[in-house]
Amino acid sequence: MIRLTWHQFRPQAIVAAGALIVMAILLAATGPGLGHGYTSSGVSACHANCATIASSFIDSLGSFDHLLYFASIALMYLAPALMGLFWGAPLIAREFEAGTYPIAWTQSVTRLRWTLVKLGLVGLVAVATAGLLSLMVTWWASPIDHAASLAGGSVQVAQQSAAGGRAGATWFVLDRIAPVIFATRGVAPLGYAAFAFALGVTAGVLLRRAVPAMAVTLAVFIAIQVVVPNLVRPHLLPPAHATASLSAQNLSLSRNAASGQTSIQPPGNLAPQGAWVLSDIIITPSGAQFTALPQACTLTPASGPAGVLDCKDALAAMHLRESVTYQPASRFWPLQWIETGIYLLLAAGLGWACVWQVRRRAR
Amino acid sequence: MSAVIEANGLGMRYRRTWALRDCTLAIPHGRVVGLVGPNGAGKTTLLHLATGLLAPACGTISVLGEHPAAGPAELARVGFVAQEAPVYARMTVADHLRLGAWLNPAWDDELAQRRIGQLDLDTKQRAGSLSGGQRAQLALTLALAKRPELLLLDEPVASLDPLARREFLRGLMEAVAEHGISVVLSSHLVADLGRVCDYLVVLVASRVRVAGEVSDLLASHRRLSGPRRDPATLPAGQQVIEESHTVKQTVLLVRTDEPVLDPAWTVTPVSLEDLVLAYINPANDIPARGPQLGVVS
Repeated sequence: MIRLTWHQFRPQAIVAAGALIVMAILLAATGPGLGHGYTSSGVSACHANCATIASSFIDSLGSFDHLLYFASIALMYLAPALMGLFWGAPLIAREFEAGTYPIAWTQSVTRLRWTLVKLGLVGLVAVATAGLLSLMVTWWASPIDHAASLAGGSVQVAQQSAAGGRAGATWFVLDRIAPVIFATRGVAPLGYAAFAFALGVTAGVLLRRAVPAMAVTLAVFIAIQVVVPNLVRPHLLPPAHATASLSAQNLSLSRNAASGQTSIQPPGNLAPQGAWVLSDIIITPSGAQFTALPQACTLTPASGPAGVLDCKDALAAMHLRESVTYQPASRFWPLQWIETGIYLLLAAGLGWACVWQVRRRAR
Repeated sequence: MSAVIEANGLGMRYRRTWALRDCTLAIPHGRVVGLVGPNGAGKTTLLHLATGLLAPACGTISVLGEHPAAGPAELARVGFVAQEAPVYARMTVADHLRLGAWLNPAWDDELAQRRIGQLDLDTKQRAGSLSGGQRAQLALTLALAKRPELLLLDEPVASLDPLARREFLRGLMEAVAEHGISVVLSSHLVADLGRVCDYLVVLVASRVRVAGEVSDLLASHRRLSGPRRDPATLPAGQQVIEESHTVKQTVLLVRTDEPVLDPAWTVTPVSLEDLVLAYINPANDIPARGPQLGVVS
């Protein structure tokens, strides 16, 4: 059964191996240069006040590095989805669609074993592929990720175009715990691959048609990948809190010229460096979120500096505090393992549902 | 007479429609059994239940005395060729033989290679580009080379041209003669069944209308034609299967184990096709006739 599964899966495996090799060559060709720049710019040896050095290292990267940085992020998001679509969904659905399941299920192999071997072998290849990809990308991007955390979590670099002082393409790097990057590093991609694959197979078993199963797999996988970082991941570990009082000295005001609305800008450096800030709000002494500005803060262009001072004094008298909720940078690996575990559990549950559904027709 | 397939009150339902309902039958061992009936009689459902591809909604079915597809050993004892003889379109003929070898411990590779050689199939050809006849032969090879005790075939020749049909049935008969396997094949092509089957089960709306040795059935059915007459006046041993009347004449198809002595009748033998048609015609209301119908009650 293992040989048959491998025989049927070989064309897809060859495509995946080709893509892995291309990616490996690209990353291997540029990775050492990136590492060299990282050392020579002094980021690796830096121990204190490294933000400037880190920013200048990031600033010094070439456009091919930018391209690879974003392409590797895109690939890490795409790869599990593609595995679910092209490996998972057709795996059993094709047997129904082409009417070949009577052959498969009337050989001397029970349906339980048939399903388990198919799920296990192709699922293992999916996880291994995602693991290799993540390993390559995590290794390649580690200088950038490290510099990003030193530079204060997120760095936006406005590239000066060679022709003049005009700002050219802007690119940015984010800390690895930031939701966009988190899913493309470490062990989490293994969990996504296992889950997407199992999701595809389950959709295929239930719908019995490959293309609708692919559509459902894609829709559900995207929905999950949106919901988890926004609603689930922040609470996987209890987030840390920090608060600080707002005084007339440390707050600043900004006024939206179009709407005439005034808003408060808290000092905003409460969370430690490299943390994933979940919320940053201003609260009243009772702990409720502060929303209504006092009368003194209805500023007009005519208010002038005196009006601004009045407003600041009025705010200071309200004993407001800034409250920040965050996941510190040190939680990166615990969060990775927990999330991977959750996805692997979900994948196992889906796998069990597939086995049950396939066997149900005979029992 | 031990049964290769024994069903008791067997039923299968797809959502609200019953594909097979309250089916009770026993198919004897060591025969080539033709399973005939109109479309929708439940032939395919019965065969899928016998292979374990489907699970019954109610009732029981046992195949070679076991639960269908209960385990690898039970699966190995039953070969199956599904309707339209599906094969893996993208796999070559050789790949199919490899599949058979990988998945069946009792695989007879010599038999498979010999059959493929006799059929003159190119082993490197993809199964998707085979003709209907070649595809059916490949599916039959796959089912035979696992060396089953019972071979089930669902409408194996329905989509084949007459020549391919004859070749297929000849191959089947050779294998039966060589290995002594029991065969159940469903078909609505009665002429072909007459050529290969020695036992017939007529299934109409999940019920066995008639079952028996082909030779016995042919010997016990007679067509009587003579002057118009009320069938109720026939002797007790003669059961009317089909009747048609004109103003002056009556033609009956009767089942009887005794010779017809009444000189008023012109007695002619019945062809298997006429016999089957008489039984599956919904206009003929035939009462069940106990043990001779092979019904296990």
